Amino acid sequence: MTVGWDWAYAIEILPALWQGLQVTLLATALGSLLAFALGLVFAVIRRSRVPVLDPIVRGFVELWRSTPLLVQAYLIYAVLPGVGITLSSLTAGVIALGLHYACYTSEVYRAGIDAVPRGQWEAASALSLPRHRVWLGVVLPQAVPRVLPALGNYVISMFKEVPLLLAIGLVEVITVANQITAQTFRPVEPLTMAGILFLLISYPASVLVRRLERRVGVI
Amino acid sequence: MFENLPLIISRLAAGIPQTVIATVGGIVLTIVLASVAGLALLSRSRLVRTVSRTYVEVFRGTSEVVQLFWIFFVLPALVGYQIIPLAAGVLVLGLNHGAYGAEIVRGAVQSVPKAQYEGSLALSLSPRDRMLRVILPQALVEMLPPFNNLFIQLLKSTALLSLVVVNEVVRQGQLLVPNLGVGETLTIYLVELLIFLVLALMITAVMRALERRASARLGRTPAPRARRAAVGGVA
Repeated sequence: MTVGWDWAYAIEILPALWQGLQVTLLATALGSLLAFALGLVFAVIRRSRVPVLDPIVRGFVELWRSTPLLVQAYLIYAVLPGVGITLSSLTAGVIALGLHYACYTSEVYRAGIDAVPRGQWEAASALSLPRHRVWLGVVLPQAVPRVLPALGNYVISMFKEVPLLLAIGLVEVITVANQITAQTFRPVEPLTMAGILFLLISYPASVLVRRLERRVGVI
Repeated sequence: MFENLPLIISRLAAGIPQTVIATVGGIVLTIVLASVAGLALLSRSRLVRTVSRTYVEVFRGTSEVVQLFWIFFVLPALVGYQIIPLAAGVLVLGLNHGAYGAEIVRGAVQSVPKAQYEGSLALSLSPRDRMLRVILPQALVEMLPPFNNLFIQLLKSTALLSLVVVNEVVRQGQLLVPNLGVGETLTIYLVELLIFLVLALMITAVMRALERRASARLGRTPAPRARRAAVGGVA
């Protein structure tokens, strides 16, 4: 193994790392969409106390939040093919990310829903709005904007957790870095550059979220 | 599906000591680093603040997996010798979560009402007493719930150590998977989830007990714990 830092080599591997990073970003984007949608479903089920489903969701969220994403990814990737559903690494990874983070986003939405003043609910029922319009027309339009910064924070932390999906064969940026290392026997530059790429994306993103937080306030 | 259950449980249980060592070691290092870096963030010296801020942002901004692989693969290439995997794991867990913890410590100290500080000045307490007897006991109560979340994040992160061949619970499971069918693979992962759930509940129980004691010292009873969504160890 060669030691030391070689700028020419570090620059040379950037295009390959960028390819891997695009997969990381794609997984983050799709995982976030799933987490946003599913988390909202979980939150509405819990807040409207849907019989049967409410305790199930509650137990699931409790279990899923306390256990490692890595094990959940293995579970989804290894077990679903056994019942006839074959998944690519990306699909399995996105489902794992989405399910895991839905458990966090559902709590965020719940906090947002609880922050909607009681009077809004009372007014909606005084107007005898149908249930779906109470949610879609009154509660959620007020709850969702206030939780955007918190959701943004979870997107950033999801982005940083995508690399663990290399365990189920997702060819993301760290897998690429490891492949480069295997060819060149020089681990220093690929992994360091990968770390710098993460920092270059997540630090500005967290500054943006903090700015958004100041605008809409924290719940 | 369940005929190999005793085997699965005994193999996975054999990984529990390493998981627990990594978690406890990581928590101890987190507490140390979070306290030092968190108080340094509040320092009057600009240099101290900058150093601490850099540590916090670098370790929060790069992925934990990257940090683990870096210490495991890059550091040996630079310094010439390999750290044993479990030690490398504890180091990464501590460094990473310590950075998140620093923000918790900073936030908690800042949340102590200013009048408390002014009061301790008026009583002409020494700077040491001011911190140890007035500010920190009140900040501690604020810190414990978010630290509970952070420690559970840390526990979950120990699963990553399976990627650098630490024989903890998840790696024990992965060693078992190739020998067993799909139904049993499902059993392996479900048992793993249960093990982590139990460990997480144990962390919460300890933290709640500490919270009660810390509140009692201030003559308060702890508020029933609302589930904290937006705060916590992530992001």
